[in-house]
Amino acid sequence: MDVGAIFQAAFALVVGLDPGFLGIVFLSLRVTLTAVLIAALIGLPLGAALALARFPGRSAIIVCLNALMGLPPVVAGLAVFLLLSRSGPLGPLGLLFTPTAMIIAQVLLVLPIVIALTRQVIEDLWSEYRDHLRSVGLDGLRAIPTLLFDGRFALATALLAGFGRASAEVGAVLIVGGNIAGYTRTMTTAITLETSKGDLPLALGLGLVLLSLTLAINAIAFGASRIGARYAG
Amino acid sequence: MLSITSILPLTVEAAAFSGDGKLLVEPNSFTIPAGGLTVLLGPNGAGKSLTLRLCHGLLTPSRGAVRWAAGAEGRGKRHAMVFQKPIMLRRSVEANITHALAAAGANSAERKARAAQALQRFGLAERASQPARLLSGGEQQRLAIGRAWALRPELLFLDEPTSQLDPAATRQIEELLSGLVAEGITVMMSTHDLGQARRLADRVLFLHRGRLVEDAPAKDFFAGPHSAEARAFLAGELLW
Amino acid sequence: MTTLPRRSLLAAGLFLGLTGMALAQAPAPAGERFITVASTTSTQDSGLFNHILPLFKAKTGIEVRVISQGTGQALDTGRRGDADVVFVHAKAQELKFVEEGFSTERRPVMYNDFVLIGPKSDPAGVAGTKDIVAALKKIQEKAAPFVSRGDKSGTHAAELNLWKVAGIDIAAQKGPWYREIGQGMGAALNTSGAMGAYVLSDRATWISFKNRGDLVISVEGDQRLFNQYGVMSVNPAKHPHVKVADGKLFADWLTSPEGQKAIADYKIDGQQLFFPNAGQAGA
Repeated sequence: MDVGAIFQAAFALVVGLDPGFLGIVFLSLRVTLTAVLIAALIGLPLGAALALARFPGRSAIIVCLNALMGLPPVVAGLAVFLLLSRSGPLGPLGLLFTPTAMIIAQVLLVLPIVIALTRQVIEDLWSEYRDHLRSVGLDGLRAIPTLLFDGRFALATALLAGFGRASAEVGAVLIVGGNIAGYTRTMTTAITLETSKGDLPLALGLGLVLLSLTLAINAIAFGASRIGARYAG
Repeated sequence: MLSITSILPLTVEAAAFSGDGKLLVEPNSFTIPAGGLTVLLGPNGAGKSLTLRLCHGLLTPSRGAVRWAAGAEGRGKRHAMVFQKPIMLRRSVEANITHALAAAGANSAERKARAAQALQRFGLAERASQPARLLSGGEQQRLAIGRAWALRPELLFLDEPTSQLDPAATRQIEELLSGLVAEGITVMMSTHDLGQARRLADRVLFLHRGRLVEDAPAKDFFAGPHSAEARAFLAGELLW
Repeated sequence: MTTLPRRSLLAAGLFLGLTGMALAQAPAPAGERFITVASTTSTQDSGLFNHILPLFKAKTGIEVRVISQGTGQALDTGRRGDADVVFVHAKAQELKFVEEGFSTERRPVMYNDFVLIGPKSDPAGVAGTKDIVAALKKIQEKAAPFVSRGDKSGTHAAELNLWKVAGIDIAAQKGPWYREIGQGMGAALNTSGAMGAYVLSDRATWISFKNRGDLVISVEGDQRLFNQYGVMSVNPAKHPHVKVADGKLFADWLTSPEGQKAIADYKIDGQQLFFPNAGQAGA
């Protein structure tokens, strides 16, 4: 494998600012960031509520959530595909092979991570803050805003973990998006395509760009946890 | 503005507490009127902490009742509590205070003003924007008391507030508490430190194994306790 | 509420900014015309669509969104109503599609041919022959490594048919030398190169394939390697929501002199890959 050719391809991609390439990068970011945002809006309060509430079957739900964190992306993709296909229950919405479908599939992948990790973080915080919060009148669900804010660094790390999972996967977005040129082609599906076309330098070049993005995200995560450690004393 | 009816006296009527099937606090009765510093005294496991929590509302009695003279539940309840290990939010010193004020329903301007007051009063103004959890143990406890004070409580509960502090910090806290009493705040605190009790108490409630054994003005209690357990405790022989 | 520490605000702002930026990459405006075409990986991998679709869009303003799958999958996508037009290369399966009522008409568009690709070392000794059937027989006898698409694609169907013509019941007679990978043409070529195996490929994909390693064309020119493409609009009677008018415009264009010329004009390294034959009877 000509390493020089690979780096050349990667460099050409980034420096050339080819609109096709940029379109792919921005679509990837758009889909994954939107999915993480939605998962956060749903998962943070849900995870916090799950941490605080006590009800029969709670343990079972927690176990299931932890298991769902490992949901294979292709399975999530297949489930959403069957739902959104014209022959499926939500067919009339006409969402199959659109970025929206990809976002939905990725929400399915990210949400369990957000809920499960939020639950863990909030539960730990609650056991620490409980007496004081109840003392000042923040009992039960009313404590959630305080807990979410105080857990912000750990929760940010959870969201970044979700982002990492979504941006790395190809199975779900490939099935529900269809890898349509200029419309639903993301970095991961483009890599799949270029590999199958035998254009390995380009595929690897795209891979390098994706890796750099992942590295940047992880660096931010590390920074966030460091700041968090400072506040945690 | 809310009514100026005092929440005191606090009346505890045969309030008992069971946990894990065991009776941890027997049905004890006592009244806390306005003013002064009442010490809950007793060895480890006497039920001092549980009793404070029952009074403050963190626990519900299994039997009997805890009654305030006026509404003292929910938001803006006019009693507050400080714990053995100060519970500090992962925020700045000032934010810890404004958070409690927000929980009590104060608006933005009030929060800022009252927090500034508390920081000033308790000598923490310079540390206002530092992460609270980076403070020393003594400073954190000072902040906890200041935070509670900002809520303008009529009664302040403290659960062994200095048991984890060094002597210098302990002295500081004790002086603060005396100051609060002088301001007119009623204080109810637990301790197993005899010296501290002697220094601070106006009244002593002596507990042993969940039972209120003696309830007397401090002077009388320390001069000559009535019960055998209290006598043993004062002699340093009652360990639990 | 509590005063927010400056750092948290900064971080939150960064996150929202990034999100906003990405979200601002607006998708196609709501009014844009588009059709969904289910086609094969061979047409995709050869780059044909990159050449002809912009021409179609310039003429009609219709954007063509292509889902590339194996022929079998593409037809199923049409059956489910998830595509407006199906464009594949397996005549028997296409006619069945029409028979089932999922389309009212199949129209031939173009052809290319298949070639047998193999390692330069030619373990089965078939290089240079023009007889694909004889070559396959030799490969089976010698148990030379052979990669099959194994994915219900048009190429796969053609391959299975050729085994049948060679008198070999491949399902019963396959051994470890016969490797079904269940993937597209490019992946199959990659795998063959890595394994030193023979593989049936359409010429178009082969010409545009960039990772040849030591693979070469072993057998070509046999009439039986002829590969016909047909286009079908999905029947609105089965799926009322399909874009009938615009889909028909596409099918019409493909078979029109203009579209046919566009197809013929597509070349790689000066070689024409697809040969338009919309007018050919019986195609």
